[in-house]
Amino acid sequence: MRRFTYLRFELLRTIRNRRFLIFSLAFPLVLFLTIAGAHQNLSLEGISFPLYYLSGMAAWGSMNAVISSGARVAQERSIGWTRQLRITPLKTSDYFTAKVLSGYLMALFSIVVLALAGTLIGVRLSAVEWLTMLGLLLVGLIPFAVLGILLGHLVSVDSLGPAIGGGTSLLALLGGAYGPLATSGVFLTVVKYLPSYWLVQAGRSALGGGNTWPAQAWIVLAV
Amino acid sequence: MATSETRNSGVRLTDLTKSYGDFKAVRGVNISIRPGETLALLGPNGAGKSTTIDMMLGLIRPDSGTVTLFGSSPADAVQAGVVGGMLQTGSLLGYLSVRELVAMVASLYPHPLDVSEVLRLTGTTEFADRATTKLSGGQTQRARMAIALVADPDLLVLDEPTAALDVEGRRDFWTSMRAVAARGKTVVFATHYLEEADAYADRIVLMARGRVVADGPPTEIKARVGGRTIRATLPGVDQSALVSLPGVTNADQRGDALVLTCPDSPSSDSALRALLALYPQASDIEVRGAGLEEAFLDLTGDDGDVHDDVTNA
Repeated sequence: MRRFTYLRFELLRTIRNRRFLIFSLAFPLVLFLTIAGAHQNLSLEGISFPLYYLSGMAAWGSMNAVISSGARVAQERSIGWTRQLRITPLKTSDYFTAKVLSGYLMALFSIVVLALAGTLIGVRLSAVEWLTMLGLLLVGLIPFAVLGILLGHLVSVDSLGPAIGGGTSLLALLGGAYGPLATSGVFLTVVKYLPSYWLVQAGRSALGGGNTWPAQAWIVLAV
Repeated sequence: MATSETRNSGVRLTDLTKSYGDFKAVRGVNISIRPGETLALLGPNGAGKSTTIDMMLGLIRPDSGTVTLFGSSPADAVQAGVVGGMLQTGSLLGYLSVRELVAMVASLYPHPLDVSEVLRLTGTTEFADRATTKLSGGQTQRARMAIALVADPDLLVLDEPTAALDVEGRRDFWTSMRAVAARGKTVVFATHYLEEADAYADRIVLMARGRVVADGPPTEIKARVGGRTIRATLPGVDQSALVSLPGVTNADQRGDALVLTCPDSPSSDSALRALLALYPQASDIEVRGAGLEEAFLDLTGDDGDVHDDVTNA
């Protein structure tokens, strides 16, 4: 019960953080509605374009959510708040768990909103397909949650914004969130080592298009 | 923690030392604090107060020596939720109101106080719904005290709680603090204001250059550090005549310059009147409070190996 209280306030803080909302929710949503909405009848890699793009934006938005949640550790360290927490009974592991959980809950929120927007412009999936997509996304997010916590320890507060903004956009771009960047050749081989590639594919493979998640996906995520 | 005997042992710092590189921040500190006592750690910047407090709270590990809080290690006492602290640096967590932040911290403790009650005690009720990042200095300090207090701790540790406040803010802060101390908590606070230590502590531990240089009730410490000196140029006067002036405890002469030491300001007033009545030719007269820094140096003698530019931040 008490833990929930703590988590509830963590979430409240996240929702009130405008920058956070813009990058993990507003940007992906606007991009999705404008770009996918304008090409409703196109199809790509065997699935409809809105579906394809939904998958990319859900990956990007949720990636932003979990990374920036973990990276907030840097800010809380810089203002001395983590020192204050060290003289409370809160365990370090619980502190990080709360960060990861609130990141995941925000990611979930962003995925659900995008999915609703998707149905709005005609994306139709079965419950099983939705759940598979969601499940694969949540698993695919694990490396990013870890990355967020790492950033929170390694990066100074001043460079945190650009590091997260630039880093996630680049990872998303290379992963193909904005569109198919590499479909063959050396480049594809390289990006397949990025967890973001598989995060983006997580959505698409659930929908029966693109590449299915092969063993390589699990290996990259595990590493 | 469970037995009343260990609980009653209060706070014990034994032979604590801590160095940062070549700088010896704390050099063998021994302090024993009874439950319910309000103790002031008084000293100038660089005296080792913050380092001592950080070791007391388990935030840094001493190079040698031990800390026990009610019979436990600092880590165990913190885990048990019996310690509340207001650290010297640090701002409040953002995107929350004061009330929300206090409630968030309360949720971490096994037996927290009622949030509204804490807000009332610390005088934060009127700005409880304001964002934590939009408070004045005094309001921030009181919100931080609410955070330290909501645990309902047996030991409350405050590291220079009023350092950033003006005179009025300090007075308001301590008015709230009195209500807290009245709840029978053991309170330890660091300060470099003698008046503050004198007004609010049962006992003052005077620190300078990493050591305890005096430890006793405020009246005793005040007498040692609250003195005044009179300086004047006055040729050809016998020293014994100067010492016998009312209110003078010591007289030094160097050539024509003399320095009279008096224990407090009433005695320096009468000493000055007598001096001028007897020796109207005295010139270049200067009366000043000894000042903590000076008093500390007198008490500690010269420890030349400490760099003066090191602060206790």
